[in-house]
Amino acid sequence: MQPHEPGSRGWLLAVPIEGGMKTFLLTLLACACSGALAQQTLSVGSKRFTESYILGEIAVQTARAAGAQAEHRQGLGNTGILFAALKSGSIDLYPDYTGTIARELLKSEASDLESLNRGLQPLGLGVAVPLGFEDTYALAMLDSEAQRLGVRTISDLATHAQLRFGLSHEFLNRNDGWPGLVRAYGLPQAPRGLDHGLAYEALVGGQIDVMDIYSTDAKIAKYKLRVLADDRHFFPDYGAILVYRLDVPQRFPGAWAALQRLQGKIGADAMVTMNAQAELEGQGFADIAAGYLARSGSGRVGAGRRSGFLSLLFGNDFWRLTRQHLLLVFASLAAAVVVGIPLGIWAARSARAAQPILSIVAVIQTIPSLALLAFLIPLLGTIGTWPALVALFLYSLLPIVRNTYSGLSDIAPPLRESAQALGLPSGARLRLVELPLAARSILAGISTSAVINVGTATIAAFIGAGGYGERITTGLALNDNAMLLAGAVPAAVLALLVHALFALLDRRLIPAGLR
Amino acid sequence: MTRFRTAEAPARESRVTNHGRSALIALENVSKVFGPKTVLAPTSLTPAEGRTTVLLGPSGCGKSTLLRIIVGLISPDTGRVLFDGEPLGPANVDEIRHRIGYVIQEGGLFPHLDGVRNVTLLAEYLGRDRAWIERRLSELSGLVRMPRQLLQRYPRELSGGERQRVALMRGLMLDPQAVLLDEPLAALDAITRRELQTELKEVFTRLAKTVVLVTHDLHEAAWFGHEIVLMRSGRIVQRGSLEDLLLRPAEPFVTEFVHAQRADPRLAAA
Repeated sequence: MQPHEPGSRGWLLAVPIEGGMKTFLLTLLACACSGALAQQTLSVGSKRFTESYILGEIAVQTARAAGAQAEHRQGLGNTGILFAALKSGSIDLYPDYTGTIARELLKSEASDLESLNRGLQPLGLGVAVPLGFEDTYALAMLDSEAQRLGVRTISDLATHAQLRFGLSHEFLNRNDGWPGLVRAYGLPQAPRGLDHGLAYEALVGGQIDVMDIYSTDAKIAKYKLRVLADDRHFFPDYGAILVYRLDVPQRFPGAWAALQRLQGKIGADAMVTMNAQAELEGQGFADIAAGYLARSGSGRVGAGRRSGFLSLLFGNDFWRLTRQHLLLVFASLAAAVVVGIPLGIWAARSARAAQPILSIVAVIQTIPSLALLAFLIPLLGTIGTWPALVALFLYSLLPIVRNTYSGLSDIAPPLRESAQALGLPSGARLRLVELPLAARSILAGISTSAVINVGTATIAAFIGAGGYGERITTGLALNDNAMLLAGAVPAAVLALLVHALFALLDRRLIPAGLR
Repeated sequence: MTRFRTAEAPARESRVTNHGRSALIALENVSKVFGPKTVLAPTSLTPAEGRTTVLLGPSGCGKSTLLRIIVGLISPDTGRVLFDGEPLGPANVDEIRHRIGYVIQEGGLFPHLDGVRNVTLLAEYLGRDRAWIERRLSELSGLVRMPRQLLQRYPRELSGGERQRVALMRGLMLDPQAVLLDEPLAALDAITRRELQTELKEVFTRLAKTVVLVTHDLHEAAWFGHEIVLMRSGRIVQRGSLEDLLLRPAEPFVTEFVHAQRADPRLAAA
């Protein structure tokens, strides 16, 4: 279930790429390097939502405090991507929830640690260090209202038939949501569906009395909500734990011992406070984690304020993100030029090859980018830059192949024949006449690929490849528009610069006779 | 390459000249069918050496097809082409093309290269030395009256007439044995055409090359042609001088074609 993550809303699907396509991609990627480098650094992953970022940061800082080198590969896509990263050794551990592991990965209902470890062991993985809180579905009311009516548990609701329920659509339809809850508690109310983001305001405004929330929701404190106790234990366990590679304790004994000591140390209240520090007060994840560790969970609310757009824009990470983004865009583009132009030439020269080539590069374009990334991770056995480069490379092919093909095909027959009648052999005709005549079209194709790449590369942050997308994903996770814009604006500016660069190249490279 | 052959075909159709040497260009029973349309019925032709042969006829009569078969742009369904005694085939076609100058309507100049590069492209590709290329450029620009500074321009910066002069230079660059021209003047205005007709004829006379020129224009054919080959619907109707066509038409079509174009005073004078 892991409720906060966008990934669970179904837009990153299990990847349905099979058979022929897989073979094709495998062939294409056969030369691409794979395999993670030997790890000397404990690599901690996290998912793309606030709580996971914070827990990941706590794990990293704990390991560092124990003398180990540790890095945080934060905000990686959803459970599937993290699991693939963990299996391939790209990361060593990450925080997750018992129920998520059981249902999404092991397809089982048993979510106790023993069952989970039995299921994970064949994969070389395990779960450990229950952190001490659960992040599960819960029902909540305004504390004042609950106090007035004397409601403390979900059972208590049965006797208050007049209460109005506003529940998220997902909760209304899930088996472990409302339908099951009604049966377990015999609730008489008829709920209505309501967007989760609006439900808080509706509750405060008195339009509804009860809503569904996540038990470590940052807004619990802000809106003074009372989380009703699940006294019949209807909701499944979503205890926070660490998922790790079984070789971690042996490779990082000091850090592992320190991480063990986190067991049971983070209570639900502390987690709610930390979530609020991030989402409502704009504190950085690292600061929140440091504050928590320093005070051992005292959860002091700091005086941090959300940073402004400009200071975020030119933050410390600006040049690193720019470098990463440029690498993603131009390395993949270079490979696509090297492969795409010959493919385009082949298509233009051979009527039989044309349709298959053009169809295949077009079909690649229809694969959703997240699905392609998720598919490439197990194939390449790593997360980060490599699968991102390969995905961008594949997306870059279509405009380049197409424009090379059409540029060559559109050369006027008299010109083609003049070159032939001169007695230039095929290769010389291509080099001296046909490619120069198609140059403008080919360059336009490369330019299109480059500009699209700048945009698509932002998605690479989902798999830890960095770039401006890192700010966008963080901004999305925190619902922080300034952060989101600090990633989106430089990406847009870069797209404009790339466009201008190619306009300049056009003037430089294209012979005056063609302009 | 067999230079000496004995001839058994009739003298007029022979691919062997009076001197016993192979004819420069000989077409033997070449034909071409495109889909349902026979664009060229089996045809034999040996253009006279050192002279100008004009292929004349209405559009679609097969005259361009015949020319393109000579230079290997179209391969015939039947028959064969001999160039200097050698049968034209994939193995020798490029080498033979180096010995043929080919000029088409509007020149077929490469728009990405300036005039000089258009003219010298092949010579440079073949590795001719710089001094030779330079000398040849000077000779040719004098011959076709194309000032050197105009050769620095790109084709689109030249007039139609200038483009044809550059195209002719390109065709003559390697001093070919034969020059083939496909409607070279058709796209020009009347005045430029007249001017170029005069100059071209001078060039042909001076160089004494074997020239095959395709046109649909009777006056142009009469002006250039030592021999006119009139074609219709993929076959040769009549061969001879303008006088032959006028006074001894082989069939009614000849008279019909001639009369359709007779309003020209120059022709009356001829």
